[in-house]
Amino acid sequence: MNKPTEGMITDLKERYKGGVLKYKQMGYWRPEYEPKDTDTICVFRITPQEGVPADEAAAAVAGESSTATWTVVWTDLLTACDSYRAKAYRVDPVPNTGPGTNTEQQYFAYVAYDLILFEEGSIANMTASLIGNVFSFKPLKAARLEDIRIPVAYVKTFKGPPTGIIVERERLDKYGRPLLGATMKPKLGLSGKNYGRVVYEGLTGGLDFTKDDENINSQPFMHWRDRFLSCMDAVNKAQANSGEIKGHYLNVTAATMEDMYERAEFARDLGSNILMVDLVIGWTAIQSMSNWCRRNDMILHMHRAGHGTYTRQKNHGVSFRVIAKWLRLAGVDHLHTGTAVGKLEGDPMTVQGYYNVCRDTYTKQDFQRGLFFDQDWADLRKVMPVASGGIHAGQMHQLLALFGDDVVLQFGGGTIGHPAGIQAGAIANRVALESMVKARNEGKDIAIEGPEVLATAAKWCKPLEQALETWKDVSYNYASTDTPDYAVTPTASN
Amino acid sequence: MRITQGTFSFLPDFSDDEIRAQIEYALGKGWACSVEFTDDPHPRNVYWNMWELPMFGLKDAAGVMMEVAACRKAHPNEYIKLNAFDSTRGVESMCMSFMINRPKEEPGFGLVRQECSGRVIRYTTHSYAPDRAPGKRY
Repeated sequence: MNKPTEGMITDLKERYKGGVLKYKQMGYWRPEYEPKDTDTICVFRITPQEGVPADEAAAAVAGESSTATWTVVWTDLLTACDSYRAKAYRVDPVPNTGPGTNTEQQYFAYVAYDLILFEEGSIANMTASLIGNVFSFKPLKAARLEDIRIPVAYVKTFKGPPTGIIVERERLDKYGRPLLGATMKPKLGLSGKNYGRVVYEGLTGGLDFTKDDENINSQPFMHWRDRFLSCMDAVNKAQANSGEIKGHYLNVTAATMEDMYERAEFARDLGSNILMVDLVIGWTAIQSMSNWCRRNDMILHMHRAGHGTYTRQKNHGVSFRVIAKWLRLAGVDHLHTGTAVGKLEGDPMTVQGYYNVCRDTYTKQDFQRGLFFDQDWADLRKVMPVASGGIHAGQMHQLLALFGDDVVLQFGGGTIGHPAGIQAGAIANRVALESMVKARNEGKDIAIEGPEVLATAAKWCKPLEQALETWKDVSYNYASTDTPDYAVTPTASN
Repeated sequence: MRITQGTFSFLPDFSDDEIRAQIEYALGKGWACSVEFTDDPHPRNVYWNMWELPMFGLKDAAGVMMEVAACRKAHPNEYIKLNAFDSTRGVESMCMSFMINRPKEEPGFGLVRQECSGRVIRYTTHSYAPDRAPGKRY
């Protein structure tokens, strides 16, 4: 049994006499509390309003994300209320914030939640608590859910990815190298027939996958059935040309579940091995589609459309590492997790942290990569991360060194924009990739020797030579917005 | 045509030294090597013939190369691939698989289209070689 906490009112008459109490007094600040193995633990980055002490702000987060309302209610006493209260048990100032810096004082607040608080297998339920009312709460200027430790007991209530990295590779018969993909361009306006041409050229050239973009659904220029028929003709023809399994992520995102099921069934009947949905369809729809994919042996590709609205800014929202954890539980097979070197936001170490969350059997605490907690994944299948957005063959060594083999590298513009055509673009990427994997396996330090490996391959592969020449000066060297804040604490050496 | 299954099919065929380097990489990772061959390279043909059992416990690349040579000698005009298997919990699958032998002529595949209701087409990838009896395919 925990000791009573300073500032907490333990006398029942006093505690429940009506009116408004501080959250701390209500029992949401419990510095002596030791989280149980079955607790969910969240770390929030909070910016309290002027005059609100850090521990009271942390208590408010615990309160508003669990049982509290703004005033005291006697009906608490009809429950074992202590177990339903989330417990803020630790508050640390965020390094490089507060007086003397350009940033207002922020704190990392650690909050523990009892297992009983969340419905089994429901991300919708978990998120309704953890990122519900609390993010609009006035005493906080801003709040961000930085990371979450999900207890094994709760992990085991989820089925996770319908396919997972291992089974995906076995179905595709592709091992020992990253997979190659490309998003069809232009994003909008192509007819079904013209769209299928781009798919055919890319896959025949040497890609493993091609992809619908997030906003390709069923617009006037290309209705969804037309798209599906054209793409599957291209996939099958490319498969016969190469003797390899190929796929096209058919985006089934639509207005209603009924529409999505109808599109998914048509994709299945045409023999597609992979489907795609956008993050904007919401947690419940994601879990429904995941179940459908399990029943129909389908790989489920998740495009994280919309996440930047709440993941990018450091002071407010939800970190993408938390979204990635929820998506692994909810059950997706592919997840866009960033490129680090491409056109979209992503500090390399932070991005590697997302990859770990997708692929680890057991994720170790690693502050440099933004990982606050150890996370046991309880044998849940692994999610294949996808690196997509503004990358090209000339970066192959960096991508392989950063992300290893279990990743889909998607070169959209970097394939379709090749001066000698789409097939040439695909060949360039595939040769660059296989050359780099070979060199790495032979013991070369590809981070350093990579450009030389590419130059050597370009001597016998004209399309690669052209690709390297076309994109040689393209890089996106901007400071990242979302980087981990941590203080290196020296540990005693043994 | 050139079938592009396997980790390195877009590169020129590997010399024995290049194959050995890959085997050494696999053994260094603690993976077990195995050799498989087939005269039916249909992309959905998962079960190629095993050349002996996977070489669990074998640490020496020379031993694997001996099996590679023996399989090539016995099946000079068929597809042969070298696999590396990782038995770590949570993987328990292949981590590398690449072609080390091909027939002189690769007839490839045709696409059979069955026209169904509406505009729906059902596709079958048809492998030319297995139309002939085993042993006479290449």
